Amino acid sequence: MIVASPKSVTELKNLVAPHGKVLFVACGTCVTVCLAGGEREAGIAAYAVRMARKMEGKPLEIVRILLERQCENEFIKDLAEPAAKADAIVSFGCGAGVQAIAERFPGKPVYPALNTQFLGILEEQAVWTEKCLGCGDCMLAQFGGICPVTRCAKRLLNGPCGGSTAEHCEVDDGRPCAWQLIFDRLKSVDQLDRLDAIVPPKDWSPSWHGSPRKVVREEHRV
Amino acid sequence: MIASELETAATAPAQRWEPHIIAFCCNFCAYAAADLAGSKRMQYPVNVRIIHAPCTGKIEMEHILDAFEKGIDGVLVAGCLEGGCHFLEGNLRARKRTSRIREILDEIGVGAERLKMVNLSTAEAPTFVKRVQEIVETVRALGPNPLKSSMQKESAGKP
Repeated sequence: MIVASPKSVTELKNLVAPHGKVLFVACGTCVTVCLAGGEREAGIAAYAVRMARKMEGKPLEIVRILLERQCENEFIKDLAEPAAKADAIVSFGCGAGVQAIAERFPGKPVYPALNTQFLGILEEQAVWTEKCLGCGDCMLAQFGGICPVTRCAKRLLNGPCGGSTAEHCEVDDGRPCAWQLIFDRLKSVDQLDRLDAIVPPKDWSPSWHGSPRKVVREEHRV
Repeated sequence: MIASELETAATAPAQRWEPHIIAFCCNFCAYAAADLAGSKRMQYPVNVRIIHAPCTGKIEMEHILDAFEKGIDGVLVAGCLEGGCHFLEGNLRARKRTSRIREILDEIGVGAERLKMVNLSTAEAPTFVKRVQEIVETVRALGPNPLKSSMQKESAGKP
């Protein structure tokens, strides 16, 4: 899922400084699960920003709404009526959600309430780690289901660097060495021979480096 | 239920300024300790309105922020002793949430000192009384909730 973190109250307050009535739009999908932009988080932010504005003697009216999924037009249409009554929209969705709303309401300022960070998984309550870079050419089969492109700090594809240890990455003591994990995993599934293959330099053109991407699936189009 | 009790407590009239404190009290410790204090005829400041919570872990961050937005001068969150929560870790969660709200209160200028979490057991009526006296004194020294003056300005501007 997409993992994001909330912006600070001060930053949020500054974003909406020119406005008197704003719409706080929570998102019920990824950012609810990562406790950053769900109904509850948008509510807490609304209280904080409203109080911060009161402290400055410039009250702010905030209307809150939850969209089940901000990155789809089908869901965003529910926003038309409340959006018409607000001076601006603050989206608690990921970057895609913010842009989807901005496209839908061309005449309305739309601000992000979160810093969108990565594609990751929940390790334990309130701890998320990055697992996928979205490189567009998945190599997980070669590496026993552990991605060196994302999880090796140096993105090495042919074995570990000289600085790692069995326990951790050279770059960060708190992070396991991805190549150690790959070795252990391939050993446990009896596929260590995969490591004999030399992996050629990665083609980055299917990733973001090749310009913003678009996926069209003709068989599903209507 | 917590929200409706908060609504009532936050709108109680005040003659001259006295700290208006809300104490969110866990059913299994502080609420019973307050009850015991009453049974023992122990005196504690009248500035405190108690809101009965099933556990401090049930108190949402929004409940506390709502209290401050409504003009409450100080909030006390009173839960069980650490390790003694009826629901195992509700009080530990409440402490983390309280800490986060204290950060927010500091950031927006209301002040973290207005919110305090304490831990006590059912039998500790004197501790309850002491903690209540402490927060009343702290908040009295701090003065009224700064949001109150901006609210008055706001209502004075209305026709």
